[in-house]
Amino acid sequence: MNKYVERLYNGVIKENPTFVLMLGMCPTLAVTSSAINGLGMGLSTLVVLVFSNLLISLFRKVIPNGVRMPAYIVIVASLVTVVQFLMQAYLPSLSKALGVYIPLIVVNCIILGRAESYASKNGPIESIFDGIGMGLGFTMGLTIIGLIREILGAGTFFGLPFLSAIKGFTPITIFIMAPGAFLVLAFLVAGMNIIRKKMEAKGKPLAEPAGCLSGDCAHCGQSALCTGKSAGASDQEQA
Amino acid sequence: MSEKYQVSSSPHVRAKDSTSRVMLYVIIALLPATLFGIWNFGMHALLLILVTIASCLASEWIFDKIVHKKNSLPDLSAVVTGLLLALNLPAGLPWWEAVIGSVFAIVIVKMMFGGLGQNFMNPALGGRCFLLIAFAADMTNFKSSKFEAYSGATPLAMIRNEGLSSINVMDMLTGKIPGTIGETSVIAILIGAMILILLGVITLRIPAAYLITFAVFMLIFGKEPMNANYLVAELCGGGLMLGAFFMATDYVTSPITPGGQIIYGICCGLLTGIFRCFGANAEGVSFAIILSNILVPIIEKFTIPRAFGLAKEAKKNE
Repeated sequence: MNKYVERLYNGVIKENPTFVLMLGMCPTLAVTSSAINGLGMGLSTLVVLVFSNLLISLFRKVIPNGVRMPAYIVIVASLVTVVQFLMQAYLPSLSKALGVYIPLIVVNCIILGRAESYASKNGPIESIFDGIGMGLGFTMGLTIIGLIREILGAGTFFGLPFLSAIKGFTPITIFIMAPGAFLVLAFLVAGMNIIRKKMEAKGKPLAEPAGCLSGDCAHCGQSALCTGKSAGASDQEQA
Repeated sequence: MSEKYQVSSSPHVRAKDSTSRVMLYVIIALLPATLFGIWNFGMHALLLILVTIASCLASEWIFDKIVHKKNSLPDLSAVVTGLLLALNLPAGLPWWEAVIGSVFAIVIVKMMFGGLGQNFMNPALGGRCFLLIAFAADMTNFKSSKFEAYSGATPLAMIRNEGLSSINVMDMLTGKIPGTIGETSVIAILIGAMILILLGVITLRIPAAYLITFAVFMLIFGKEPMNANYLVAELCGGGLMLGAFFMATDYVTSPITPGGQIIYGICCGLLTGIFRCFGANAEGVSFAIILSNILVPIIEKFTIPRAFGLAKEAKKNE
């Protein structure tokens, strides 16, 4: 498999940030009350993630190890500010719906996680594709959750009448409230686990997601293949 | 005379109680309230009761099939869940909403956590609270053909909005008031509770601690403090009696230690009082009980009885 395609596959299926890595849960649960909100949140995260991965990958040799976190945060925060202003200018309604969660992309675990575990150890092109893969995985997760919650909780499909067109349908409002987010996420994670189990049974390799993020390279199944097993991991252990 | 000794490990004397027998007793004890509910609210109430019981049984059977578990229908717990859920629904609820509530109660609250004995909260109350949040308008619409004269508000809501003079306490005792199917008649519920206590299915610890705490709380913080009439109305109103005797005493979701049961009852009473006095709704029994259900593991942890012969110091050294 081409390594760029592999990055996309990794982000969407193998290490899907929403369903497998369980990263960025705060926006996942909070803004997915409708499909369009989920899509908007996912896409804005995607844009920030691609550019932050690119910039961090370009600067990875310049940034001193001791201050890498503040440096990442500055890069991500500048990008988020750009996205926020663009959104306020061109998509004011979406900006209002997503509210504080757009500025909160700065501290989104997915972005810092990818910066730390991938972009800081790999070249710019791979990092861009990693960002696209992860961003698409996140967008997909948020849109699916938002879609299910919207169909059940409001009876609409991307804002168009769907179930609500049926006479006598009462929206199950719990699904657009907080408990519905937890329920839908739990069922989707369970479904994803079934799919992953079936794929593993068929012999498709699916690495344990904990490996790379925990910095535990010794117990990682892909240790031999891993290119990112550089000073970063051992530094972390020493620190 | 046989010289053989039968050697067996304890227990040597077994009680006849089994899960299905206890559940059967609970069903019998719920019959007065059920029959009164059907008489009071008409055939749609009967339909709702049958629908919830049938969908509880069906969802439990299907779940057992899917996860290859032993068929757990004979323990009758699904019937109890279905019946209790129906008694907590307003008679005018559309039947398909009742089905969703039953499926939620059985599949998500009970079976997903491992079936009877593993559920962390009362399945019937879990289902009711789900419906209460999901279909708030239908679940609080107590209009029925018989009670149009009362404009459909429950006595608790009327006390809250219009004051004590707007209700008739005697009607609240007999149950000729709007409300959910099974909660209206205090007398029918108390008959059932007597059956449970006489058969030894429940002890008075939880209901007594619950009701006394609630009464004290309402006497002090209620809308009309130190008013006996108001107190009786609050005690008879809403799902308090049904909750205290049939829901809070659920074996699985209440503590097993005697001290713990009293603490648990006090928790239920305090929470119910807080919800009724300071909450957004007039009623808060179901939320109070499921919140106390969640506290049960902690309560049990702190009320484990000291083993005989163990000194207090010895326990500290562990």
